[in-house]
Amino acid sequence: MSAAETRTPAAVRERILKAVDAFGLPRLTVVLFLVFLFVLGGIKGVPIDDLASNSLGRFGMNAVMVLSMVPAVQCGIGPNFGLPLGLLAGVIGMVTSMELRLTGFAGLAFALGLGTLLGALVGIAYGHLLNRVRGQEMMVGTYAGFAAVSGMCVFWLLMPFRNPQLLWPLGGTGLRVTISLGDYFGNILDNLWVFRIGMVKVPTGLILLVLAVAAGYKLFEMTRVGTAMDLAGQNEQFARAAGIDVARMRVTGTAVSTAMGAFGIVLYAQTYGFVQLYLAPLMMAFPAVAAILIGGASPRNASIANALVGTLLFQSLLVTTVPVTQSVVRGDISEVVRLIVSNGMVLYALTRGRGGGGNG
Amino acid sequence: MSDQILLEMDRISKEYYGNRVLKDVSLRVRPGEIHGLVGENGAGKSTLMNVLFGMPVIHSTGGYEGEVRFGGQKVWFRNPREAIEAGIGMVHQEFMLIPGFSVAENIKLNREPLRETALSRVLGSQLKALDWAEMRKDARRALDVVGLGIDEMLPIAGLPIGFMQFIEVAREVDKLGVRLLVFDEPTALLTEVEADQLLQALKRIAISGIGVIFISHRLEEVLGICDNVTVLRDGEVVACMPGRDATIGHVAELMVGRKVERPVLPPRPKEPSDDDIVLEVRELHVDMPGEEVKGVSLDVRRGEILGIGGLAGQGKTGIGNGMMGLFPATGSVRKDDATIRLDVAGEAYKRGIAFLSEDRKGIGLILERPVEYNVTVVAMLVKGTFQRSLAGGIRIRDKRAALSHTRGAIADLDIRCMGPGQVVRRLSGGNQQKVCIARALALDPEVLLVSEPTRGIDVGAKEKVLDLLVNLNREKGVTIVLTSSELSELRKVCDRVAIIYGGKLVDILSPEDSNARFGLAMAGKKVEDTA
Repeated sequence: MSAAETRTPAAVRERILKAVDAFGLPRLTVVLFLVFLFVLGGIKGVPIDDLASNSLGRFGMNAVMVLSMVPAVQCGIGPNFGLPLGLLAGVIGMVTSMELRLTGFAGLAFALGLGTLLGALVGIAYGHLLNRVRGQEMMVGTYAGFAAVSGMCVFWLLMPFRNPQLLWPLGGTGLRVTISLGDYFGNILDNLWVFRIGMVKVPTGLILLVLAVAAGYKLFEMTRVGTAMDLAGQNEQFARAAGIDVARMRVTGTAVSTAMGAFGIVLYAQTYGFVQLYLAPLMMAFPAVAAILIGGASPRNASIANALVGTLLFQSLLVTTVPVTQSVVRGDISEVVRLIVSNGMVLYALTRGRGGGGNG
Repeated sequence: MSDQILLEMDRISKEYYGNRVLKDVSLRVRPGEIHGLVGENGAGKSTLMNVLFGMPVIHSTGGYEGEVRFGGQKVWFRNPREAIEAGIGMVHQEFMLIPGFSVAENIKLNREPLRETALSRVLGSQLKALDWAEMRKDARRALDVVGLGIDEMLPIAGLPIGFMQFIEVAREVDKLGVRLLVFDEPTALLTEVEADQLLQALKRIAISGIGVIFISHRLEEVLGICDNVTVLRDGEVVACMPGRDATIGHVAELMVGRKVERPVLPPRPKEPSDDDIVLEVRELHVDMPGEEVKGVSLDVRRGEILGIGGLAGQGKTGIGNGMMGLFPATGSVRKDDATIRLDVAGEAYKRGIAFLSEDRKGIGLILERPVEYNVTVVAMLVKGTFQRSLAGGIRIRDKRAALSHTRGAIADLDIRCMGPGQVVRRLSGGNQQKVCIARALALDPEVLLVSEPTRGIDVGAKEKVLDLLVNLNREKGVTIVLTSSELSELRKVCDRVAIIYGGKLVDILSPEDSNARFGLAMAGKKVEDTA
């Protein structure tokens, strides 16, 4: 094709359409909507740099939980709606670390290590469960998560923890609903090598750790096990023909996903500054699923890029929608908007059944 | 049989996307006549029946040429419903019966006799009750016609398969005003005794004045009961003769028909022989739905191209799938004195046997992934090739090696694509098949099992795929087991052709054997000595 040809309006249009297709219409819509919100916010006097800082912070907070969806989708169980199982493991890691009065990076490392280990163990059991309910993973996962959260409510009450900062201040037994991480490892990653661009705060340590997790997973993807797992999820018959134990690969993927969920909640709590117990993890699978789907994944196809792009878009949307709508509409509708946006996205993405053009 | 014509299909032609599948086919059926319709897979039998019934697949692809007259009037059915209302019935291969309902209910399904009740008088006809006495009477009458002596109140669930076929027939017989019945392979799932009973029932139905079109692969059945037989080949009527004049050999020859031009294939330094067996298959049973294998024993000579032929559903496809452990299989498969476990998928790959599935889109390819991935992924998983080591001994996929290998394969096999990075879905069928072949070659196999490599690809590409297989065989010495529904292509490239019928090996023929001999073997008859 000569240069002249490529500049004809038809060719240009073709190229634009192709680019849009590659990026995916849903993502383009979200990006345009985000730009619109930022502009509207600017006009209405909402502090834009605050929005940007928050977006970045929430990206770091949530990214690993969203990344945990990648192995689940790749191994064939679909988006991991049983994410709360991993979150609970992470929470146990954190409260145990606090019970041992480990502070700073030691505390964080212990919480991450124990949480991830527990998450992997729980994930293996959960993977075996999912192998018995082929085709219903999303539904069963959701309820497995719900059941575990409720079961753990009892556990939190009965645990023999002694650190008074974990217990109800006014006596009685059991752990508090919300435990401050302030004296332990709250915000330590956010504040590591933090710098500002203008008024926008960049939580360097957190973002770097997220990228490290993504890079680590990328490496895993390229190993034989990672490849076999992905193949099992892509095409079970094909995988079986190549001698891959599909059931085992599904367990592997589920375990990796659940362990990453545990890792993710520790990062989340670290930024948030509090560990939330009891019913807090109940609904946390949904925003994570919504984020990866918005990032272009489908229930059968997901990549690290889907997870990272999705988290950034989804969290920015949540962060900006609320203050901007509030500046336009009087009254507090923030929670309503949040629910409509996140559940609407899950519904939209699941009914579409396919992601963007990239992985059709 | 009367002299009137019940059904006349006059010079019917049909094209699918420029591909002529019926050419001036004419068919006449008189009332009370049993008319046999025979032909190989793809000869046009189903298409002709689809035309008769006005199936949507016909109308959505541009209709047909020619005329259909039924009961003396020109008809043009817009959909099967109109055909059924006009008095044409069809007995399918698959049963459409509700397991929880009784025999009588199934026979009268949707045409139940009703009676008034107190509720229906007040609230309308939707609340009428079933008239059980009437239903039982009708069902009994229909069952008697087909010669099935079971209680009409038994539930369908739990009845033997054979009985279900009879109930299907009874339902058609029971329909008022049925004048023509089409039986599509009604005996395919029946035992011999049951098949015999069904044929008797067919005769009784015909005697009552109903015209019957009987489609079957079992030539002996067709010739046994049909008044007239029409033979289709490649969408054309090659013969129409009275059943009593036809012999199995003659009809079989007509069915297979076309003269096979066998190109001169390059010679080998050493021709394969029984002294050097690479694969030894003994008593292989494979439980593959629709393609069951019931005890096949075969020796594959090192370096040969062995064809496996037979009609669809006779089990030829099951052999390769069973050997690869893709379906539950028993029996023994040995390669060079090593036994291959059939219960572990992937065993065969490790022993140097590669497989190209007939289900190319389903299990042959990962459609959303690039060519490079499809070509190399199995080799990486099975043999550990296309990997590189990182510090710390972690081994990961070596994309560069995969890309360069794939570029080579693209050039060698002439895969038309935009490069190793192109997603396989975008390729044409022929090129997809080449990607599959490239994948198998990446494993460096000694034996290549190929199933239906030319299905669903266009004519030119078919030739290329076959040439490719011959080249592999001649130049790299790969032993090839080629399973195909197209006998002509087997006879073109194979050294020997094994014919499977009813899940068993009938005979191993030379590609030069006569058409009649091939035709008979496809119908399950082995000729003891060549006449």
